[in-house]
Amino acid sequence: MSDIRLRNVRKVYPGAAEATIPGLSLDIGAGELCVLVGPSGCGKSTLLRMVAGLEEVTDGEINIAGRQVNDLEPARRDISMVFQNYALYPHMTVHGNMAYGLKNRGMPKAEIAEKVGTAARMLGLADYLDRKPRQLSGGQRQRVAMGRAIVREPAAFLFDEPLSNLDAKLRVKTRVEIRDLQQRLGTTSIYVTHDQQEAMTLADTLVVMNAGRVEQIGPPMEIYARPASLFVAGFIGSPPMNVLAPGTGAALATAAGIERAAGHAVVGVRPEDLRAQPGGPLAVTVRVVERLGATANVHGVLDDGASEVIASLSGTDLPGPGEVMHLGVNPADLHLFDHASGQRLECAGA
Amino acid sequence: MARLVALEVHVLTKKVTFSHRWLPYLLVAPQIAITLVFFIWPASQALYQSVLRQDAFGLKTEYVGLANFAKLFNDPLYLQSFYTTITFSALVAGVSMAVALVLAVMADRVVRQATTYRTLLIWPYAVAPAVAGVLWWFLFNPTIGIAAYALDALGYDWNHYVDGGDAMTLIVVAASWRQVSYNFLFFLAGLQAIPKSLTEAAAIDGAGPLKRFVTIQLPLLSPTVFFLLVVNVVYAFFETFGVVHATTDGGPGQATTILVYKVWRDAFQGLNLGSSAAQSVVLMAIVIALTAIQFRFIERKVEY
Repeated sequence: MSDIRLRNVRKVYPGAAEATIPGLSLDIGAGELCVLVGPSGCGKSTLLRMVAGLEEVTDGEINIAGRQVNDLEPARRDISMVFQNYALYPHMTVHGNMAYGLKNRGMPKAEIAEKVGTAARMLGLADYLDRKPRQLSGGQRQRVAMGRAIVREPAAFLFDEPLSNLDAKLRVKTRVEIRDLQQRLGTTSIYVTHDQQEAMTLADTLVVMNAGRVEQIGPPMEIYARPASLFVAGFIGSPPMNVLAPGTGAALATAAGIERAAGHAVVGVRPEDLRAQPGGPLAVTVRVVERLGATANVHGVLDDGASEVIASLSGTDLPGPGEVMHLGVNPADLHLFDHASGQRLECAGA
Repeated sequence: MARLVALEVHVLTKKVTFSHRWLPYLLVAPQIAITLVFFIWPASQALYQSVLRQDAFGLKTEYVGLANFAKLFNDPLYLQSFYTTITFSALVAGVSMAVALVLAVMADRVVRQATTYRTLLIWPYAVAPAVAGVLWWFLFNPTIGIAAYALDALGYDWNHYVDGGDAMTLIVVAASWRQVSYNFLFFLAGLQAIPKSLTEAAAIDGAGPLKRFVTIQLPLLSPTVFFLLVVNVVYAFFETFGVVHATTDGGPGQATTILVYKVWRDAFQGLNLGSSAAQSVVLMAIVIALTAIQFRFIERKVEY
């Protein structure tokens, strides 16, 4: 099986004052789907392109299936990539697109036809093999791009925001298909996205990146439950974690019996962890209520006047705009971060 | 049906309304005047002259019907000129497009100082064909030309005054040189319109640089290639008079007498106005045909 290892990988673009990626190490186990997530410009695509061989590695080492690939051509790295715009060859048919990589490797025609046929059936493209990409819908094009990636049976799949050109509904559907396919094939994958929901749902291992650095690596639920920094807390989870004003946060923490919070900690609470509690410690003046169906997001301002909070509440008995409601939170659900560094403080064990 | 089409045109095109009734006519008047004076009038003159025969002193003119045309197509010199022109335009189109494509592919890869290279490569287009002709004439002059001297040093006795092949080479080079810039611009734009991810995908799919170019970039460039082919053939057919006139004068013998050059020489040196007019009518038919081909295919875009 094939794992991917990055050792102190650095990327400095020629002429740039600062490194895009100042030095990053990452281990991706065989068969794992690793999602790189972060805001645009955080270096996640650059990292993926370095693994693919489309960007030069300034420093460090990239290993795919135990082989150092730094100086190998993309074609010789045994990877395939799905691009954001699919990068289908517009002058070739669906069959031609999927067969191109095999043809270039000198595979006999009969074998190519068989492999393309298998992949096409797997993706529901069997009836479209003679069509040109422009005769296909967005979702079908996406699947052709997937087909082109899987027919080669590479050691690793690389996905560069493959769903961002699809509409919301199709994106959710295709997301499931990609996950299912990847699990069935058991191929090690790196998946780049800026969508935290996509990242959460797809990942075996989630890598949250910011400014070329890894903020946190771990299983998605662990990152959700224990974000390592304020940045991760704000990025993972939707709506994002509420960060309370220092006074309010400290009061809340002290009331919950967490001594360290006094003074130098920032306190955060996830919207889902807030609950309506008559006489609860947080008095919120409601501004907007967004009803999502099963739950509703209640946006408001705390009575300290400085903290804006969102509470994700269920039930139908919701306040209207301008009303004051009281919220409570379980002490175990408080997240504490260092005021200066933004790093998580491990003491909220109450 | 016609009404339906008219309605559609009306809906699709933005209708501009003028407050004054005569203003639109006034605005198009200069263009119409230019077309009338410099195209319609000379063209109709040529059509008229092509059915006449005039004596050398212009004293007597008689109507001869299509005799001028019949004579032309039975004239081995004219047919030879046709052949020369086809060779010449095929070579000009081929050479200028091939060189331009190579330059465009290389310029497409340049990252730093790209604009400098581009500007330098576009410059020759600003040189008038006659000036370009003189320039190359000097370079290849068998007595004083530096290129002729260099060829001589390599053991080739260059003399375009004597050797028809040399003369053809000279006008092809002189005519192509300028056209390379024009073709380069279109090829570069065409190459840059191809998404980078396509070549990257092909690289991952195991295609080397040459294979990528042949199987991905070139097919996607085919509309540009076709467009330039027509443009270059039109150029070689009709706009190269200056080049020929400044370098070889159609010689040696008839070796570089292309059709446009023959039109001029038969009229102003041979004073055979009827034949010359008939020749220009033939050329007119060719340019109309080429333009029609271009419109028909370019409008529809070459499909890939």
